[in-house]
Amino acid sequence: MDWLALSPDEWVAVRLSIWVATWATVISLPFGILIALALARGNFPGKSLLNGLVHLPLILPPVVTGYLLLLTFGRRAPLGQFFEQYLGIVFSFRWTGAALAGGIMAFPLMVRAIRLSIEGVDARLEQAAGTLGASPVWVFLTVTLPLILPGIIAGMILSFAKAIGEFGATITFVSNIPGQTQTLPSAIYTFTQVPDGGPGAMRLTLVAIAVAMAALLASEFFARRVARRMAS
Amino acid sequence: MSLSVSIRHRLGDFELDTAFESQGRLTALFGPSGSGKTSVVNAIGGLIRPRGARIVADGRVLVDTDERLFLPAHRRRIGYVFQDARLLPHLTVSQNLRYGRFFTPKAERYADMATIVELLGIGHLMERKPGQLSGGEKQRVAIGRALVASPRLILMDEPLASLDQARRAEILPYLERLRDETRVPIVYVSHSVAEVARLATDIIVMAEGKVRAAGPAERVLHHLDVPSLEGQRADIVSVLRLAIAGHDQPAGLTRLRTEDGGEWIVPHFSGAAGDGVRLIVRARDVMIATKRPEGLSALNIVPCRIAGIEALDQGEMLATLDAEGQRLAARVTRHSADRLSLRPGMEVFAVVKAVSVEHG
Repeated sequence: MDWLALSPDEWVAVRLSIWVATWATVISLPFGILIALALARGNFPGKSLLNGLVHLPLILPPVVTGYLLLLTFGRRAPLGQFFEQYLGIVFSFRWTGAALAGGIMAFPLMVRAIRLSIEGVDARLEQAAGTLGASPVWVFLTVTLPLILPGIIAGMILSFAKAIGEFGATITFVSNIPGQTQTLPSAIYTFTQVPDGGPGAMRLTLVAIAVAMAALLASEFFARRVARRMAS
Repeated sequence: MSLSVSIRHRLGDFELDTAFESQGRLTALFGPSGSGKTSVVNAIGGLIRPRGARIVADGRVLVDTDERLFLPAHRRRIGYVFQDARLLPHLTVSQNLRYGRFFTPKAERYADMATIVELLGIGHLMERKPGQLSGGEKQRVAIGRALVASPRLILMDEPLASLDQARRAEILPYLERLRDETRVPIVYVSHSVAEVARLATDIIVMAEGKVRAAGPAERVLHHLDVPSLEGQRADIVSVLRLAIAGHDQPAGLTRLRTEDGGEWIVPHFSGAAGDGVRLIVRARDVMIATKRPEGLSALNIVPCRIAGIEALDQGEMLATLDAEGQRLAARVTRHSADRLSLRPGMEVFAVVKAVSVEHG
């Protein structure tokens, strides 16, 4: 079973992937909740456009998304310059860029899960909370948020799993630098390009399968909890 | 507490054009479904924004469309008990009860939670989640939740409509205690004459978005046979205000007396002598006799004078009787009215079986 043990370099790739996916999920969460709210409850011009924009990364070839990121968040690109100048964040060829690419590719999944759970919330409960003196912000914090919490967690799990496996946009945007931007899938890709890479590719593949499966099961579990809460 | 409401609102084809005032402890909004009762309480509670309205509760202007004033629901401090309790499913009963109080300014928290829990008999449910409660229990908790928030007014929209007969009977006494023992005025929506007769101090009769009658309960209940309420006719009732005179335990009876010294006998129920009681008598349970009948099982034979008599429809008449200072409605066939030549001013006897009356 020795061949199953990950080499130090492989560990670096796995750790980097987890690090990148965690940041991608955490940073995109507030935006995910806001946009899910707007799509579930809002009624504004351009709603279909926003919906389309959010789902675009799901449909576009990932390499296109990566290229667009390069055009907007690259060092010379306007947004890239803005982030570097005012926030000190550089995306191109750094792990931050991998997180950005992963976050954007996973965003539709997160928004979808949260939006579904918001649509499942009985608006009459929120109305009742209002008659008890809760302002709209308090209603959101004490009624809506607790009721959609399982949906939020499910969305985060899906987003994490998607971000950890993101390949096309990531390799286009930030390349494949070991220890810097070489995430799990990039590492597998590298293994497949060299002789004797087989066992390494297989080990990392098993890791990827395990992570994906765990995420799906956890997401299922929380989806069931949403259903139970809504039913009572 | 005074409530002044004037609303003009349109919902699809339905036109609401309502104005009334009430000072009552429990004002019933009464009428058939689709008459606009719920829209009125929703406007008072701030759940809908009427096109044109002025609503003033206790001197506080809640809505005045002319002044472009609209107080949002969460700033009105008006409790709302919905037909479907709407308890927050992720909180326990205890947390649901406390929910509204959290948002009430400290200086305005007059409600004592322990008293309310005791009043509604929900002390044993505190740690449960709403999913583990029966329909009647949910509704009691919903009433408690509204009360604990120390509201200035409570709206109840058919709070018993989703419950079966047994559960209704379980909750009605709590509503009566609420009316009599707390100082919060209640606006109560219902299409059930029995509920309204038992609970209301004041009644607003609505039909097709308009107010058809308004005033103190005893007066309005006699005129419920307005043409728009035909479906309700079978339920014309009188409400008598009496006091307990004493109990006849061996016979299983309770004696009640009117202010004018008249006596009514009903099946035994508990209560101290001198306690006020409202007796609900259905007009179809009242017989009229021109001579004092003898050899009759009915226990209540009350001398009355006919105050008025009017046609209900082809075969039926409604006689309004002045029974020792109380108004009593009696339904008789036109045939009987003719045979006995009933006419206003005539001295007659009203005959009512003890088992046919309800008290509340």
